[in-house]
Amino acid sequence: MTNASNAAPAAAQGGRKFGDVILDLQNISLRFGGVKALTDISFNIREHEVRAIIGPNGAGKSSMLNVINGVYHPQEGKIMFRGQERKKMEPHMAAKQGIARTFQNIALFKGMSVLDNIMTGRNLRMKCNLFQQALWIGAARNEEIAHREKVEEIVDFLEIQHIRKTAVGALPYGLQKRVDLGRALAMEPEILLLDEPMAGMNVEEKQDMCRFILDISDQFGTTIVLIEHDMGVVMDISDRVVVLDYGKKIGDGTPDEVRNNQDVINAYLGSGH
Amino acid sequence: MIYRENGQFKTSYLADQQIFTIAQDKWFVLGLIAFAAIGVPFLADEYLFRAVLIPFLVLALAALGVNLLVGYCGQITLGAGAFMAIGAYAAYNFMVRVDGMPLVLAMLLGGVAAAGFGILFGIPSLRVRGLYLAVATLAAQFLCDWAFLRIGWFTNNSASGSVSVAKLEAFGWVINTPVEKYLFCLIFVVVFALLAKNMTRASIGRQWMAIRDMDVAAEVIGIRPMYAKLSAFAVSSFFIGVAGALWGFVHLGSWEPAAFSVDRSFQLLFMVIIGGMGSIMGSFFGAAFIVILPIFLNQFLPFLGGLVGVTVSTAGISHAEFIIFGSLIIFFLIVEPHGLARLWSIAKQKLRLWPFPH
Repeated sequence: MTNASNAAPAAAQGGRKFGDVILDLQNISLRFGGVKALTDISFNIREHEVRAIIGPNGAGKSSMLNVINGVYHPQEGKIMFRGQERKKMEPHMAAKQGIARTFQNIALFKGMSVLDNIMTGRNLRMKCNLFQQALWIGAARNEEIAHREKVEEIVDFLEIQHIRKTAVGALPYGLQKRVDLGRALAMEPEILLLDEPMAGMNVEEKQDMCRFILDISDQFGTTIVLIEHDMGVVMDISDRVVVLDYGKKIGDGTPDEVRNNQDVINAYLGSGH
Repeated sequence: MIYRENGQFKTSYLADQQIFTIAQDKWFVLGLIAFAAIGVPFLADEYLFRAVLIPFLVLALAALGVNLLVGYCGQITLGAGAFMAIGAYAAYNFMVRVDGMPLVLAMLLGGVAAAGFGILFGIPSLRVRGLYLAVATLAAQFLCDWAFLRIGWFTNNSASGSVSVAKLEAFGWVINTPVEKYLFCLIFVVVFALLAKNMTRASIGRQWMAIRDMDVAAEVIGIRPMYAKLSAFAVSSFFIGVAGALWGFVHLGSWEPAAFSVDRSFQLLFMVIIGGMGSIMGSFFGAAFIVILPIFLNQFLPFLGGLVGVTVSTAGISHAEFIIFGSLIIFFLIVEPHGLARLWSIAKQKLRLWPFPH
């Protein structure tokens, strides 16, 4: 895990090749009334990379993710997705384009089992209509089974076979985080947004989660955008890092560049007076 | 001891997605349905059919509809009575105005009309939720009470304001006796329960539950809230509308708007809460509790009084009935807020392990 940070961004570990810019955020500004959440932020995300967004509390990291997947609509700025300007869109439309996310405060469907939670992630790919489903005739049943097979692959991947029938509300925190990741993975996304996937975990759980993130990147080639507070983790697994503070971008580059950036050091450690 | 799944291995996802994954459950429910269809007609008398079994079946169907909306999709409704009324009056109008309209088709069209109104009154759910939504759906109730009382067209300008259905016939089967009416209702209930179960285990059911549990996350993974909520309103109202048509045509025979008052809406909502939200089985438990318990108390209290040598007056019985019924509701909600269905599944869980505690 440690040598990733030393590699140049163009040729990271495991022979992964970065593709073109998949998502380009240009001069994004977001305000809630008089509160400026984001001010004039530009950065891009390349295919297949692990892109981290870091910053102190209240820096606007989660707002940034919410802008990317259409929950918030920035007042200014352009979002280019695969070279085309993205018009104002609702979250379910972003989902359709292949953007999935996990949540900082786990937002699982508490009354449903682990399998059902992950199955909801397949929803966009299920085409049978209400009547076919109500009658449970051939097409609907086959579709259900085909997607169940996909979901089982994810269950295997995340090593949660033993809890697949358990209601999510009854699971410990670390496993809930894993199911949250599974649900996002079930969408087979092009871009996966992870909002503090390791918050509140112990060292062992963090290591597991890091392994899953890197495996996702390696095996599926998914582009990953990651918010995380654990600097060790960020510096180890990410290819490029963007640093926000008070809604402004103060640094952008490889982990090493960011680590040595004076503005970043000031933001985290305070500037000398 | 008998209730064990030992040795029942599943080798395909199809087997794992059955309605009853434990063979004993499947045989129990199939046996219950067979008993209801074959055994009950021999055992029950006319009073039991008229006063208990037919109302139980019809209200269970309505409660099932309410449960799809309230229990599965998390949208509170107080307009169930109104949708029953729409189903009943729409079916009535199809029967009266269209020559040769088959009974079953008229009832299903009544359900479709109710579904249409359900979508209309479901639109507020896109903006408001919880108690506010309940109040918005209450508007449907008052609108219907008014419309069916005041607008003559709906009742075919009947002078008394009440409407009646002369003859019930489906596919050449004349439905006259209470037993036939009971079987007719039973067929509807079994078919609709199966449809409901299929929907709740398929993608649409997961969409509803996702909206219920966490609507922001649901939208982020690509569920359209408008489609999920309005489809829940439509399906739920369809079920309730068909139940309303059954209530009017089969149970009452002739009826007035008062048959579908706001009391009915509350009654159905209570059935769902007591029976178990988000459970098909719970709808039946709730309907049984609310329909059968008062009748049971009514019969049982004089008997109890007789035992200790006290003659209980009729007024006394009905008062006691209210008191006991009310306290039982409170008791069950404290013991198990998730309803009788949860008690049922806990009992099954314990039975699987019996005689061991763990």
